[in-house]
Amino acid sequence: MTAFILRRLMALPLVLLALSLAIVGLMQTLSPAERAAAFVTNENQLRNLEAIIREKGLDQPFHVQYWNWLREVLQGNLGFSKASNKPVIDTIIERFPATVELTLFSLLPILGFGIWLGTRAGLNKDRFIDQFTRVFTVVTNNIPTFVLGIILLVIFYGLLGVAPGPGQLSPENQVNLIINPVPRVTGMLSIDALLAGNWPVFWDVLHHMFLPVITLSTVITAGMIKVMRSSLIEVLSQDYVRTARAKGLPERTVNLKHARRNALIPVATIGGFVVLGLLSGALFTETIFAWPGIGSWGAETATRFDVPGLLGFALLSGILTVLANLAVDIIYALIDPRVRFD
Amino acid sequence: MSAVPATQSAARRDTFWNSRVMRRFRRNRLAVFGFFLVCMFLLVALFAPLLAPPPPVGNNCLRDVGATTTAEALTPTHSGFWRLMFAAPASCYQIARINFTQVPSPPLKPIATEAGEVRPVFGTSNGYDVWYGIIWGTRTALKLAITVVFFQLLIGITLGAISGYFGGWVDNVIQRLIDVIFAFPSLILVIVITSLLGKSLNFIILAFVLVGWAGYARIVRGEVLKTRSLEFVDGARALGASDWRIIFRHVIPNSLTAITVIAVLDLGAIPLSAAALSFLGIGLPTGYTDWGQLISFARAWIQGTAENRLEYWYVAFYPALTIILFGLGWNLLGDALRDALDPRER
Repeated sequence: MTAFILRRLMALPLVLLALSLAIVGLMQTLSPAERAAAFVTNENQLRNLEAIIREKGLDQPFHVQYWNWLREVLQGNLGFSKASNKPVIDTIIERFPATVELTLFSLLPILGFGIWLGTRAGLNKDRFIDQFTRVFTVVTNNIPTFVLGIILLVIFYGLLGVAPGPGQLSPENQVNLIINPVPRVTGMLSIDALLAGNWPVFWDVLHHMFLPVITLSTVITAGMIKVMRSSLIEVLSQDYVRTARAKGLPERTVNLKHARRNALIPVATIGGFVVLGLLSGALFTETIFAWPGIGSWGAETATRFDVPGLLGFALLSGILTVLANLAVDIIYALIDPRVRFD
Repeated sequence: MSAVPATQSAARRDTFWNSRVMRRFRRNRLAVFGFFLVCMFLLVALFAPLLAPPPPVGNNCLRDVGATTTAEALTPTHSGFWRLMFAAPASCYQIARINFTQVPSPPLKPIATEAGEVRPVFGTSNGYDVWYGIIWGTRTALKLAITVVFFQLLIGITLGAISGYFGGWVDNVIQRLIDVIFAFPSLILVIVITSLLGKSLNFIILAFVLVGWAGYARIVRGEVLKTRSLEFVDGARALGASDWRIIFRHVIPNSLTAITVIAVLDLGAIPLSAAALSFLGIGLPTGYTDWGQLISFARAWIQGTAENRLEYWYVAFYPALTIILFGLGWNLLGDALRDALDPRER
């Protein structure tokens, strides 16, 4: 097991190396002046593009430029992000917890509602609840995240006025936060406010998180429901389930203890898909709802030609994807004794 | 080869329409609905110049097809008509900008322009004609989807077949490359590539192709590994067929079923991803006929006014509906194809 994990982790630097080569390679299609524009943060620098080109060695051959970049990165310097006006590393440390926060809260509907409705539909195949679920998943699966976010805002913020607009806090609680600062423990504002006992801020953040969480989780929940349903239907047709019924176990025990436990195994395999979905979804959700996480920052680095920021964001998402897939494989082996590492 | 005498009833049974796959497909009402939606979008794209004629003001489409009035451009005897239908100049893919008023104007409300009064069917947002954007955006979407899927299939099938058929170091190199592509959320890779290259439809196509061929290559490789060891391949080789002939005549055709479904789903998914990109402001230039941009205009108007909270409903409604129906159509079609082609369900 340890050997397997180490082998997989060893692939990580290679993957990141390939990505960085590709990005620095793509940069070569631009002229040195265009590349220098990525480092421009004020007007004075714009007049002095030549100096930037010389200083950063942007007119050097590809391998020299790549080596310069790699040397900086290995020293922990990922560069300066124009989009956040901070070094890339600091930006990630500052903004990543907010994305984790949104993601964690999104797991509640994905796991809770997804598994619950998938189970109900699977147990009642072709009855009303199953038909309803089918229509529900077809509809929710097909609304792109960015469209859903706008629709939810139009309905719940614009029309009904029950949900707050974009942002993490309403104005009065922004003032509240300045008067009673919440110490940064986890970096997730809701948790930190809870730890500090600042109830108004805590409730306000939860209130503001409602629409983004629905936006982020809907598509993934639909996938979860579909996998849960089909997996449960497959398990229910197996011999051991019939045996359990034949020996007189109550229906509830058969369904929930015998069948659902095994039906959950394939669900674990879509864990990687869930993480990928959350990561790409965060780009749009955070942009629409002005959530201060890495998603909205990533989108901004892309629109503002903030190359160091974009690289940092891409490297981070690569690391997260590789780790998520590794975690899925480990979990899979832990819950399914038939799987063995070779 | 068809020496077997075919009776009339057998001949009728063997048509494509009556095949087992098609019978199962037709029974599925959702699938038929999806097919209807897809056909509708194809027709809209084909007849875009008739549905949303190039306006006298707003873009340079009329000038570029050599017509002076909209009516002239829509006359089949005028050469501009055929250019509009089959080779529309780039300026026709600029959303007609009626004026420069930021505030949206409701559907069918008359707007005075220098070329007379116009009534935009779906209203305007940022001065752009929403109807024009949606109709010509359908062309953008399908053009993008078909081009991207074509090149993805070309590269994916070729490299997948090479990888699976020859094995060895070639296989190893191609598979490691695919591993790297799979190690990132594809949308994020596309964003990185397009934002570095710049705003243009061609760069978006390039980005999607670079990222998307890997999935096809994996599937084709797996199928080739399965097919390669079958007896008819040995037979072909014994008859003296070359490697390439075996790959293209025997191995690839046997793998096509597996990738058809994914290709159909991709045809629906790629325009939505592209719309998502231009919603963020990456990819397509401002004013390009594209659905994502129309949604991003709507962001400023979600709240309505104090008197009427739904004042600007149309700004978000029509583009969102279009995007949802497009995704729904292709997805229903793809899912139904998957069910119909799935041999386990026979």
